[in-house]
Amino acid sequence: MTQPAATVTPSPESEPPAPFAVRLGIAQRAGGAIVPIITALVAFVLGGLVVLGTGHDPVGAYRGIFDGSGINWLFHVPWDTNTIHLDAYNLSQTLLVTTTLILTGLAVAFPFRCGLFNIGGQGQYLVGLVVANWVGVSFAGWPTLPHVLLGIGAAALAGSVWAGIAGFLKATTGAHEVISTIMLNWIAVWGAEYLFGQGGPLQNTQNLSSPVSGQVVESARLPVFWGSPVLQGLDVGFFVALAMLVVFWIVLNRTTLGYQVRAVGYNPDAAAYGGINVKRNYFLTMAIAGMFAGLAGAVDMLGYLFQFGTLDVQTSQIGFLGIAVALLGRNTAIGTGLAAFLFGGLLYGTTRGLDPNVFDPSLAGNLTSMIQGLIVLFVGIDVVILYIWNARRKVRIAGRRSEAPA
Amino acid sequence: MTNLAARLEAPRRALSPGRIAAAGIVLGVAAFWSTIPPFTARTVVSPLLIGILAVAAGVWAISRGRRRVGWGAVASGALGIGLGILATRSSTGNLDTVFRADLIASMLVFATPLTFGALGGMVSERSGIVNVGLEGMMLMGAFWGVYVADKGGSWVLGLLGAMLAGALMALVHAIFAVHLRSDQIVSGMALNFLALGITGYFFAQLYHEQNIPAGVSTIPNVAIPGVKNWTFVGPAIGNLNLLIWIAILLVPVSYFVLFKTAIGLRLRACGEHPRAADTVGINVYAMRYGAVIVSGMLAALGGAFLSIGFGGGSFTENMTEGRGFIALAAMIFGNWRPFGAFGAALLFGFSTALAYRLPTYSGSAATLFQALPYVLTLIAVAGLIGRTVPPAADGKPYRKQ
Repeated sequence: MTQPAATVTPSPESEPPAPFAVRLGIAQRAGGAIVPIITALVAFVLGGLVVLGTGHDPVGAYRGIFDGSGINWLFHVPWDTNTIHLDAYNLSQTLLVTTTLILTGLAVAFPFRCGLFNIGGQGQYLVGLVVANWVGVSFAGWPTLPHVLLGIGAAALAGSVWAGIAGFLKATTGAHEVISTIMLNWIAVWGAEYLFGQGGPLQNTQNLSSPVSGQVVESARLPVFWGSPVLQGLDVGFFVALAMLVVFWIVLNRTTLGYQVRAVGYNPDAAAYGGINVKRNYFLTMAIAGMFAGLAGAVDMLGYLFQFGTLDVQTSQIGFLGIAVALLGRNTAIGTGLAAFLFGGLLYGTTRGLDPNVFDPSLAGNLTSMIQGLIVLFVGIDVVILYIWNARRKVRIAGRRSEAPA
Repeated sequence: MTNLAARLEAPRRALSPGRIAAAGIVLGVAAFWSTIPPFTARTVVSPLLIGILAVAAGVWAISRGRRRVGWGAVASGALGIGLGILATRSSTGNLDTVFRADLIASMLVFATPLTFGALGGMVSERSGIVNVGLEGMMLMGAFWGVYVADKGGSWVLGLLGAMLAGALMALVHAIFAVHLRSDQIVSGMALNFLALGITGYFFAQLYHEQNIPAGVSTIPNVAIPGVKNWTFVGPAIGNLNLLIWIAILLVPVSYFVLFKTAIGLRLRACGEHPRAADTVGINVYAMRYGAVIVSGMLAALGGAFLSIGFGGGSFTENMTEGRGFIALAAMIFGNWRPFGAFGAALLFGFSTALAYRLPTYSGSAATLFQALPYVLTLIAVAGLIGRTVPPAADGKPYRKQ
């Protein structure tokens, strides 16, 4: 057996640490859909171990969450779309959460492809909520279509501007986008508290002692297509989210902007050398990300929330969940959609959808946070998977060389 | 941008813009001072006039190259005007309830968890590991601190339990950041979610969503015998929690360790140039593991202060409410230095303390005060106030050769 020649390509060990986006891109090609599935499975198993360790039945708990998410409706053939049935109703609610998560997920996924980490989805979402509420409460008497479009457009623009601040600072002063988006998140939280709070400009006019916003008027509400509007049915915002998945894919893969964004993501220096304006791309990427998150706020406010209180501002976490959605979805359109559905079912199935007799919702809600944390944690170690992958490939190449006749 | 750059390069003039700016900062304070006891001006003219003078001095200084103090003067003037106008619109009685000596005590109370967190973050980032998981480590400290104090019957055990919980979280962060070389921001955020889930889950499991029973052993206050009865100083610092004093003490200690000892030099070397540190025989991995674990313990102490210190033996879901992020902001604002971070923590603590007292006459303004730390930090990272310089290798995984 002859000694295999040294491989021409340098091993990953000798390379300097590449930016996260680059490593993610390579791992993406290496692992495909397998890595996220394994990641999610490991997180669910670990979560189940905690449930088991605290004296509950993990199988029953997950079964209850699954039933609560309404996904079991898909197995009832023939399907009955009447939301009088609990399963159908639960599924419509899961899809409602999925709508938001697709959009907040895209708000994280898009910048990732440009090498930027947008932690500010929550703040951009809140800004979208606030602006959509303002438009929805004011301009009463407008016809439905222009009113809804104005609300959605204004909220998307507001989210865009909010994220654009971070993009602008990154482009001009080099301020790290993670720090600036964290700060912008909290400024948005306290800003919303001020606006909706007692004496705030957007507080409701009926009950001045309750720190809740005004009600969005009928003309600004999105039409409900599945279920009853009174019982928080599924609104057309769902199609907005699906359309944005397509927009995301087209922009990223079929336009000059998307090419530039990806080029900057892989290597900003090489992109700049190739004539791409890196700073402009940083700004545009963040602005587009903010638009997705602002849209999430708009479809939530005009679709089913209609009003928002200061307490809701404090407890809202859905923008942060976008991070887990994007990372699990590997920052692709289809992946983000599927991950949003998974988390949508998990989120609804562990809260309102869950039968309290099966598993305590106060435990289940926190189980979601734990699984979310574990998934984000494990997705971060793709480099290990990449290492194993490379090691396997090296062995394979070496094997092929030794087989070849000398 | 060329404009800004030109300003940066502008030669220093002989008329010392720095002194003008310093005077502007004093004027800004004076603008506000004129409206509170003992002067108690009742018109908006005096704060406006003096405040505008302060802003002008600041702008003058900025345009002459002294950006750091200049912006300080602008901020001071603007704050002076805002607070001054608010003060003139309220009654004198309200003012006396807001601006009392125990405002200082309450500032220290709010600054303490931030100080622990900021110092913790600093230790970790000085070794080259970004720690955005401070919030989660703090939350773990808050819950496990009160749990151990409750079951073990002693606040000392509670503090140890909190530190252990924080250290375990930090250990996870260290393993992922150092050995697995995963993205440190991703794993830090993951820890925040994880801590939120773990503390919420076990709070529901162990206490069934009810409050922690009364009578949990809490960290005692330190009453300084002589000082306690002094006017002003007495109510301000005469009877503070033990952990507040420890936090204050930790500031010079961490300065000394970081900048005056061999181990501090090694730690900083790992954060600035790990390869060089490795070359001279420093174990970069061990250094980083140690730093991150110490960071987790410090953050957890800050959390324990919330539950068994100031909180008097209580816990609520997501108790830290973003204090870990303010601590991170304080660390950045303080330019990764102990005294800077402490100063920022005091400033942020003061703005929170004010926010809790202002509702006596203006609820909505009080809410906006809560946003002040984040706005100031945003301005700071944007490079408007001086320059924030993180350690050179901060956030970059290191691979041994």
